[in-house]
Amino acid sequence: MRKVMKLEGEICANCAAKVQAAIEKLPGVNDVSVNAMTYKFTLDAEEERYNGILEQSIKIFADIEPDCDVIA
Amino acid sequence: MTSVKRERLSANQALWLVCTNSGSGRKIPYRAPLNTDPNVFIVMTLTKRQKSKRNRILIALAIFVVFEVLEVAGVFDRLPGGLWVEFVAFLIPYLIAGYDVLAKAWHGITHKQPFDENLLMSIATIGAFALVLFPDAEPHMAEGAAVMLFYQVGELFESYAVGKTRKSIADMMDIAPEFANVSQDGKLVQVDPSSVELGTEIVVKPGERVPLDGVVVAGTSQLDTSALTGEAVPRVVEHGAHVASGCVNMTGVLTLRTTKLFGESTVQRILELVENASEKKARTENFITRFARYYTPIVVGLALLIALASPLLLGQSWSSSVQAALVFLVVSCPCALVISVPLSFFGGIGAASRKGILVKGSSYLEALAQVDTVAFDKTGTLTSGTFNVVAVHPETNVDPDLLLSYAAHAESYSDHPIALSVRAAYTGEIDTSQIASVQELSGAGVKAVVEGHTVLVGNDKLMQEAALSAHECHLVGTVLHVALDGNYIGHIVIADVLKDDAVETIASLREVGVRRIVMLTGDREEVAAAVADDLHIDEYHAQCLPADKVAQVEALLAQEGERSKVAFVGDGINDAPVLMRADVGIAMGALGSDAAIEAADVVLMDDKPANIARAMKIARKTLRIVWQNIVFAIGVKVVIMILALPFIGIATMWLAVFGDVGVACLAILNAMRTLRA
Repeated sequence: MRKVMKLEGEICANCAAKVQAAIEKLPGVNDVSVNAMTYKFTLDAEEERYNGILEQSIKIFADIEPDCDVIA
Repeated sequence: MTSVKRERLSANQALWLVCTNSGSGRKIPYRAPLNTDPNVFIVMTLTKRQKSKRNRILIALAIFVVFEVLEVAGVFDRLPGGLWVEFVAFLIPYLIAGYDVLAKAWHGITHKQPFDENLLMSIATIGAFALVLFPDAEPHMAEGAAVMLFYQVGELFESYAVGKTRKSIADMMDIAPEFANVSQDGKLVQVDPSSVELGTEIVVKPGERVPLDGVVVAGTSQLDTSALTGEAVPRVVEHGAHVASGCVNMTGVLTLRTTKLFGESTVQRILELVENASEKKARTENFITRFARYYTPIVVGLALLIALASPLLLGQSWSSSVQAALVFLVVSCPCALVISVPLSFFGGIGAASRKGILVKGSSYLEALAQVDTVAFDKTGTLTSGTFNVVAVHPETNVDPDLLLSYAAHAESYSDHPIALSVRAAYTGEIDTSQIASVQELSGAGVKAVVEGHTVLVGNDKLMQEAALSAHECHLVGTVLHVALDGNYIGHIVIADVLKDDAVETIASLREVGVRRIVMLTGDREEVAAAVADDLHIDEYHAQCLPADKVAQVEALLAQEGERSKVAFVGDGINDAPVLMRADVGIAMGALGSDAAIEAADVVLMDDKPANIARAMKIARKTLRIVWQNIVFAIGVKVVIMILALPFIGIATMWLAVFGDVGVACLAILNAMRTLRA
């Protein structure tokens, strides 16, 4: 399943790259992109584990850049 | 308070940022700042986070001013233990203004991502307060608090400037329609475009954006296609015309029958393309990210070295060494680069897309700036790809209009491209009642009786069969001979014509410094030679199959140096392999062609090859701004670092904060110039 979500707050290109790299390592993730220009977060992951993966991803966001929220 | 303040852009188009208290989130429509219309309004609304930060800064500033006045008046000196009272006093505004910086630094340490500007600022300001422990040094508490305040003001401005720039680029590219008018139970209802099914009739009123691709079933109007193609002249549409989503309806009400679902519509494809563009990073951009990764730890190490080595080895005082190290740390923040470089590329891509040039990634923008060889496909790229009458050569004493008239009448029932072009060239009415017994002579031409006269229209072979002597023509193209009642009356030359801006295209490419221009075509040698001659192209290869084109482009690539690139321009339909192979594949007139959008790196929505030079100019301007920012930011930082060295010791913490947030703000404002390419 692939979903595009909006980001709110602030994130720089550097943190976006860090977040993206961290989410990529989660098991079950097919493709992920954190776009610091359009403020869009695209997560493509296995259907049945999607919600869990999304939750973990949001936690990664909070850890690396607490000023940025995912509008799921 | 919900009033929204507006500020006019000044004549030099500098961006004035106006703070308002509008919390309603009300948006005033505005066009992007590159618009030359002087009535552009920029509205600033702070986000919730920015507002709370602003309030904290104001409160901290007020408290700071009070204590600073007390300090200058010498109140603290008269108190018992005055130094420590002062310490606590300045700690209050410091914490109000900067507790989030400290918290984030701690967060970074506990989450193993320690090296960021929060940590640097925390160390620096805590350091300033800690100087109280060195009895030989001047107390620096006020400075610690002030620097934190100053830093936060800079951060607020920086965050605002980034948000604003990002948003104005994003808005500029946002051509997404918000609703579609669908008739339900006799009433027009606004629905989400993604819910509209294929073949639904939708109504587009004047001023609205066309939400879905469709065919006009009722109404006539003019469409503003500039968001898609950059073309300023409106397009007139009437019954039967195909309309692409994303255009703005200007004059009349149109009823369309949708031909595509929202997900596959033109507007959606363009949006996806442009939004994903910022993910394909340019080398310069990657360099900055890598740079930031190694840079911060190195700087922290150097700062430690200064703090420890200069008192131990050079005999400098501990306090001045620690101070120098702190200045060093603050000024070293790489944000100016990490933020402004991607922003510049994003701005360049935005500016290009505004002109109907879609660049699929900042890496291609970078490559575009380095192009010095351009290979063109001929048909559909430099020439219009349709046949046109280019000359009418009547025999002596024959009226050219008469010649064209007989030919057009004789060809009036044919759908052959040649017949179509003859009819298009004939300006008079075609009276079909005057035409009798039309005979298509396959591979030769047509024989018809027009107004009682026998007309033959066709090639050399037809004339030979009729035992007529036809004249040779010096022009290159398809020659159509015409005979009337057994007499040869002249010929018409039909050829593919150059596009209006083809000559300008080649000239403008030379002007931007393209060294070598090559034309690759599947057409015959003499046609290629004629076109190359008209356009002053140095080099051409005729009768190329798609595989030959790939081979030619590979040969060009092999001859190029490391820092120069080869671009291939094609119309995208059968050129996909070459588009992929070239450093920069440019597809033209791609509105509606999936294959081209897939294969190319740069997509020209319009059919105008002159946009290639424009795209290169935008690319070069973007790269120039990127390098300006890199050189400027690193230059200022290095100078301040040198000035901060203990044995020089001129740089203060104030200068250091300027070197961090001030330089970042300037770099961001500079990055914004890419929009106005």
